[in-house]
Amino acid sequence: MSTPLIEMRDIEKHFGAVIALGGVSFDVNAGEVHCLLGDNGAGKSTFIKTMSGVHKPSKGTILIDGKEMNFKSPRDAMEVGIATVYQDLAMIPLMSVTRNFWMGNEPIKKFGPFSTMDFKKANEITMVEMKKMGINLREPGQAVGTLSGGERQTVAIARAVYFGAKLLILDEPTSALGVRQTANVLANVDRVRSQGIGVVFITHNVRHAMAVGDRFTVLNRGKTLGTAKRGEITPEELQDMMAGGQELATLEGSLGGTV
Amino acid sequence: MTDERIKQISKFRRAMIRPELGAIAGAILVFVFFMMIAGDSGMFSPKGIQNWTVVSAQFAIIAVGASLLMIAGEFDLSVGSMIGFAGIVIAILSVQWGWPVWAAIMTAFVVCIALGALNGFLVIKTGLPSFIVTLAFLYILRGMTIWLSITTTQKTIIGGVKQAAEGDWLAPLFGGTVLKGLFQWFADMGMLDTFTRGNRIGQPVVEGVPMLVVWALGLIIFGQWLLTKTRFGNWIFAVGGDPQAARYVGVPVNRVKMLMFMFTAFTATVFATAQVMEFGSAAADRGLLKEFEAIICVVIGGALLTGGYGSVVGAALGALIFGVVQQGLFFSGAESSLFRVFLGTILILAVILNTYIRRMITGER
Ligand SMILES: Nc1ncnc2c1ncn2[C@@H]1O[C@H](COP(=O)(O)OP(=O)(O)OP(=O)(O)O)[C@@H](O)[C@H]1O
Ligand SMILES: [Mg+2]
Repeated sequence: MSTPLIEMRDIEKHFGAVIALGGVSFDVNAGEVHCLLGDNGAGKSTFIKTMSGVHKPSKGTILIDGKEMNFKSPRDAMEVGIATVYQDLAMIPLMSVTRNFWMGNEPIKKFGPFSTMDFKKANEITMVEMKKMGINLREPGQAVGTLSGGERQTVAIARAVYFGAKLLILDEPTSALGVRQTANVLANVDRVRSQGIGVVFITHNVRHAMAVGDRFTVLNRGKTLGTAKRGEITPEELQDMMAGGQELATLEGSLGGTV
Repeated sequence: MTDERIKQISKFRRAMIRPELGAIAGAILVFVFFMMIAGDSGMFSPKGIQNWTVVSAQFAIIAVGASLLMIAGEFDLSVGSMIGFAGIVIAILSVQWGWPVWAAIMTAFVVCIALGALNGFLVIKTGLPSFIVTLAFLYILRGMTIWLSITTTQKTIIGGVKQAAEGDWLAPLFGGTVLKGLFQWFADMGMLDTFTRGNRIGQPVVEGVPMLVVWALGLIIFGQWLLTKTRFGNWIFAVGGDPQAARYVGVPVNRVKMLMFMFTAFTATVFATAQVMEFGSAAADRGLLKEFEAIICVVIGGALLTGGYGSVVGAALGALIFGVVQQGLFFSGAESSLFRVFLGTILILAVILNTYIRRMITGER
């Protein structure tokens, strides 16, 4: 097997006395969706933040294409092609789709000593990239605030892909979305994977994970409960692992199997 | 995501959703109003026009700085005190210490921009609201200004700057008048009244365009261009809209904020220098309440107090409304205290309108 895009070895993260991560290992290959599941407070967000350079791990190693890395800032992680889409921090609602899409990477046009932002190019590319993701914008100058939650996620994903992400991390992209919008985001995750990009997909929802995942890792109280390949595990087993086994089984009985 | 769900909004509504809307409407209203009640008072004679243009230009200069800073998500309440401070620095250095005026002006700029940087530095490093940090500087600078003035001259007004500026190369850039030839030509062609008595007989009543107005126009054009056309402008919006989101995509948030504090200080110093050159003196109480007047201009211009949205042209229109109303009340012989009543009222109306416009943009989410 080829070297994974990213390999995280025995990652530990302590916040004072709190051990948020107690030795988690995880890897993602190119063109693969690796789902990270776990209950609230399991450490999923903390884990991907060490991956994207927001937190420095207390212990453990991060390998990118087999080379050891030491991220000092999100910028470092971005430079090696790691893009993260955070649920609520993805977009600025008052700014246009174009301005959001190009934020931090604005295309420049020069007139002698003056350089301006090339809005013509920026608008055209934004429209095209959004269309690829199945969103027809009314106009690129439309404020992001007028988009639905799923559409905003999609703008963020399109942006990451356009700027050459090799590894795309999505932190609970579907948790606030309705059925149709979830389907659309999942379809876009699939589209991204088919371009050879590795995806880390965080979710609480086993069905969303099952819909797109190639591998599944379950975190519980800062430790992995193991990784399974698609087809090796049933949704019920995953669900049980996430909830820490027995408790949910009894709960499920009383709720008539609706959880 | 389907086409039929995208409601076509009318061209009209789209044109409505812009920060300057309220200011454009307000400016038209204010002009119509004063044409009606003060049309024959000389307010719209060449001299009258010059009068309110200069007042509006003063407001506009500091409003440009305040608008960019507010869009970047911060306030500067020390602007008024800085105006007083810069003026006193220029007067002490040139009149008391006998420095050439150009050197005094340049020193004032350097010191004030450094103070702007200090404001920015403290806001960034402490994470405190700029409201508090710059409020502290409102007091510190005002106190320093009075103290400096008293200890060096035993007075709070320092005159004699005009004489000191005689023949200086930099002073006319702030206190001079341009296009004099053109205005003389207007007068010769009979399009402009001339003095009929006194030692300026034959000269036009309006000598030319004051440099103050040139500065205002230059700053408005530069500010609007920077904000809407450049990469840096996109960063200003991003930093004010959501600093964390901006930081995650690599926007140098702290640098943008710092530069905006420095630019605001720059505009305050331009204001101060032009004022000192016009009056020929500096006074320790100059610039009182200017920080709030600048903020009101910016808000009338459609900027949101929370940052991330606004317009330089809007702020300039806010300054125009300000100038026209202040001088208009004077021309129409109204009680000048009514100006403050007007200010308070228009401020509330502007904020309500802005909130409404923001809801239209963000679709109430
Ligand atoms: N900066 C921090 N300082 C202290 N403790 C932290 C910090 N960040 C996270 N934690 C703790 O680490 C644990 C894991 O949190 P984390 O946000 O990673 O969970 P999560 O799996 O993403 O949960 P959720 O599904 O609710 O998003 C929690 O107990 C949390 O309180
Ligand atoms: Mg989380």
